[in-house]
Amino acid sequence: MKALQISSLKKTYANGTVALNGIDLTVQQGDFFALLGPNGAGKSTTIGIISSLVSKGEGQVSVFGHSLDTEMVAAKSCIGLVPQEFNFNQFETLLQIVVNQAGYYGVPRHIARQRAEKYLRQLDLWEKRNDRARELSGGMKRRLMIARALMHEPKMLILDEPTAGVDIEIRRSMWKFLTEINKQGITIILTTHYLEEAESLCRNIAIIDKGVIVENTSMKSLLAKLNVETFVLDLAADGPTPAIDGFEHRMIDDHTLEVDVAKESGLNPVFSQLSEQGIQVMSMRNKANRLEELFVRLVEDGRKAEVANG
Amino acid sequence: MANRNLIALSTIWIKECTRFLRIWVQTLVPPAITMTLYFVIFGNLIGSRIGQMGGFSYMEFIVPGLIMMSVITNSYANVSSSFFSAKFQRNIEELLVSPVPTWVIIFGYVGGGVARAILIGIIVTLVSMLFVDVQIHNFAVLVFTLLLTATLFATAGLINGIFAKTFDDVSIVPTFVLTPLTYLGGVFYSLTLLPEFWQWVSKVNPIVYMVNGFRYGFLGVSDINYLTAMGLLVVFNAVLFSVAYVLLQRGTGIRS
Repeated sequence: MKALQISSLKKTYANGTVALNGIDLTVQQGDFFALLGPNGAGKSTTIGIISSLVSKGEGQVSVFGHSLDTEMVAAKSCIGLVPQEFNFNQFETLLQIVVNQAGYYGVPRHIARQRAEKYLRQLDLWEKRNDRARELSGGMKRRLMIARALMHEPKMLILDEPTAGVDIEIRRSMWKFLTEINKQGITIILTTHYLEEAESLCRNIAIIDKGVIVENTSMKSLLAKLNVETFVLDLAADGPTPAIDGFEHRMIDDHTLEVDVAKESGLNPVFSQLSEQGIQVMSMRNKANRLEELFVRLVEDGRKAEVANG
Repeated sequence: MANRNLIALSTIWIKECTRFLRIWVQTLVPPAITMTLYFVIFGNLIGSRIGQMGGFSYMEFIVPGLIMMSVITNSYANVSSSFFSAKFQRNIEELLVSPVPTWVIIFGYVGGGVARAILIGIIVTLVSMLFVDVQIHNFAVLVFTLLLTATLFATAGLINGIFAKTFDDVSIVPTFVLTPLTYLGGVFYSLTLLPEFWQWVSKVNPIVYMVNGFRYGFLGVSDINYLTAMGLLVVFNAVLFSVAYVLLQRGTGIRS
């Protein structure tokens, strides 16, 4: 079953900005899907159209087989949205916010109260239920928006940069929560600037740039495209300058060496050559997140192709 | 479907009522104080020198108009400020992403404005009872005029909220349109006191019909036939509801 199907979606804003230039996208039921792209690429416009916050230009969007044009009620009932910016009434209490949201979907008040307790407890907000939303920390506000989006028990949850500005501990607890609800069957679509987040959570991925999908594949096959990785080696202070045959390498400073390693070569030849020269490696790390390298490359390739085609 | 819409409607209505009750010092107390001052100054001090108007003491004459004035300003202000605030804080998006039909959004917000207007109407009536013996000539006319007027101005406030881009936009219409129309709407005088030309001009002012319809419900006297007044109120309501419906359906001011 297709949780989301987008065909030839276009959007031009009133000021003439072309946000989407005919995108096609399919997300299967149960997927954990990442939608990535630089700022202004069209991610939020896409999410805005799916969740009815932005008027559609041309094209079709259907959610679990329900067209947004002709079966709007059924389509909207399937979606829970966690937007990028806080969009609740800052003067209402947490309980009022989540119970009211359930009411908009026709959930009777007594059931809404039960669900409110369930989700606010799961997201560690129950103790704050009678506090006004404006009194919450940034991380709590993000979790409140997740609780609110789940109140009508949607089949698909769309999160637009859900962990922006939250600390690592809260971010990881949110990842855990999202992974759990995904295992329970909720399809999740996520946009994020933390590529580590997309890599560790998502099974499939689409990269959008300038209103066009430049890549749409599984995370596994995308990462397989990366055939060279750069490693950063911290060397012991008094070692000589190394020479490593068969590998691109450069010294960044007196103690830091960068080495480009092709996937098929492995790291052993690097270490054996360094060992032979009496160079001691104190520690090692990836230069950048693997997905980050790919992301930059794909977006750059797309832009070069655009320039080449005039 | 019907049940879901009913739950959504009651949710919006309860949310709106909770909002104005939460800030009761800003919403319920000021009209009570303002109207007390009107009764003391215009009704008691100045009114005693004016004598009778339309066969009633001046104080009795102005009571319906003052209640109506409170109903008009409060129903309008409630919805315009609440809806604009929902746009400003972006919590209107909670409604836009959910399957709430446009008419439910309108009824919910307008219902909140009407609830506040009725509550204010009761408070001002109770205040007026401290100064004058309030009599009711026709309860049905009274209630219908009150409800239709509150609904009309709550809907007008919603349209203001839809178009408003800044907080100034929410206060411009009450200051420059509603207040003059209300003061020139026969709250403090009978139209028969005006020269014929100005009587005719006054009849273009919709608030004249509301004040007079309401005054008929209280006192049984009116410068205008109460059925005409109620008929016009129904027409105005239908027109403004249609305007609000089309605007929200198009996404004016709320969708990019």
